Amino acid sequence: MKYMMFVCSDTQPDTDPTELPDIEKWVAENDSRGRRLTGNVFASPSAATTVRVRDGELLVSEGPFAETAEVIVGFDLLDCADLDEAIEVARTHPMARNGRLELRPFADLSD
Amino acid sequence: MQRRPVRNPAPAGAAAAEAVAEASVEAYPRIVATLIRVTGDWALAEDCAQESLTVALERWPTDGVPANPGGWLMTVARNRAIDVLRRATVERRKLHDLALLTPDEAQPEPEVGQDVVDDRLRLIFTCCHPALAIEARVALTLRTVCGVPTADIARLLLVSESTMTRRLTRARTRIAQAGIPYRVPSGPALTERLPGVLAVLYLLFTRGYVPDGEPAFADEAVRLARLLDRLMPDQSEVAALLALCLFQHSRRDARRDAAGNLLTLERQDRDRWDRAAIAEGLVAIDRVRHDGPYAWQARIAACHATAASADETDWPTIARAYDALADLRPSPVIALNRAVAHGYAYGPAAGLVLLDAARAGGGLDGYPLAVAVQADLVARQGDRPRAAGLFREAAAAVGSTAERRALLDRADELAR
Repeated sequence: MKYMMFVCSDTQPDTDPTELPDIEKWVAENDSRGRRLTGNVFASPSAATTVRVRDGELLVSEGPFAETAEVIVGFDLLDCADLDEAIEVARTHPMARNGRLELRPFADLSD
Repeated sequence: MQRRPVRNPAPAGAAAAEAVAEASVEAYPRIVATLIRVTGDWALAEDCAQESLTVALERWPTDGVPANPGGWLMTVARNRAIDVLRRATVERRKLHDLALLTPDEAQPEPEVGQDVVDDRLRLIFTCCHPALAIEARVALTLRTVCGVPTADIARLLLVSESTMTRRLTRARTRIAQAGIPYRVPSGPALTERLPGVLAVLYLLFTRGYVPDGEPAFADEAVRLARLLDRLMPDQSEVAALLALCLFQHSRRDARRDAAGNLLTLERQDRDRWDRAAIAEGLVAIDRVRHDGPYAWQARIAACHATAASADETDWPTIARAYDALADLRPSPVIALNRAVAHGYAYGPAAGLVLLDAARAGGGLDGYPLAVAVQADLVARQGDRPRAAGLFREAAAAVGSTAERRALLDRADELAR
């Protein structure tokens, strides 16, 4: 199953003083096992542009569509056997402690 | 369907209904679990299992109870699933796998080997997956593992039947969409996940056991704990949870007087405690090897269950167990119980010191039981008017009618 893993900031990060896992190692490990297909880090939400079309008119505005304290700072596209494997992949990501991760499966449109 | 040898010639309708109920306890979760494994379709599995019970209720009164009731039910459920899937023109593999299912799969207890994972265990772990909301876990477990009808679950959880139907549908959809596996975790993952399963069982039990609760919950929880203990005999905390539930459950008939008033432990008629449940609990606790949170709670419950009278309760042992539990799982309520235990073991002054400490964090603010404990300790120190006032204060804040009555009775006694 494919999961889009949204990497988000969190106003209450982990206070555990032990060292965070290394992101390079995390990427290398999961890439080599075929569990991570791609991923990247986003520029700050202030760089975002929102686009809408209403009654044929193009509306372009500055910034993200919603201002929130927690923001999406990046993503990883995972390919895992099931949710349990995706959770195992997510738990070792440094942002599981420094922020939060949201696992979103893709809709199954085959039915 | 193949006709099976008849054990009893045409029992009366009532006897047949009883036979169906008896057979379904063992067979229902097994049928549902097996059909889910083969078809991956939760709703279909539940419908077919339910259907097999309905057919049995129609047929057994006239045909007699079959020699192998579980196998009979499994056959009916399997055939029903084949019919439904044929009409839906699904994959041939599923039909093939279904056709291969032997009715023996619903037979009571083949040995649970190390490698063979019982389908019911998969079902329990999937229903109790942490990616489901706790309410969904409880409802799904009751429906799928215990076979409680949706209408009854709705009544027990105080929602309408249509709301409960929607909730169950959403939970099943979520299992499929989120990719929750139909599997028992292994290795360290099992250690992580088991407490979540036990929490659902214990929540189920306490829902039934609380003063205004539904006893049916407690019965189902005990049955589930027994099943889980049989399926995972090496898990110390499962045995401990079973023992804990059984010890508490043993007091179900002694907890109220004839007028329905709640009786505290020391006022209960211990002859009305269920000795068989206590004996079963003692056998279970004998297998507890690990000092987990349920182990300590079960040991505390065992002290109460085995005391010949309230005065003979081994309070120092209970106090030590609460010390350990408070270390392991610090919480305001455990701190409160610890104060009670020390109050009985070492006198009310010792209890009041610990009660003050427990309340210092603010975690017991607005918790009427903390006031009731203070009232009891103050009463035992001899200050009856102050104790009576505190019991009234606790009664005014308590939610359940039965508890309020019990607290007001204590206040009246002290004011006399």
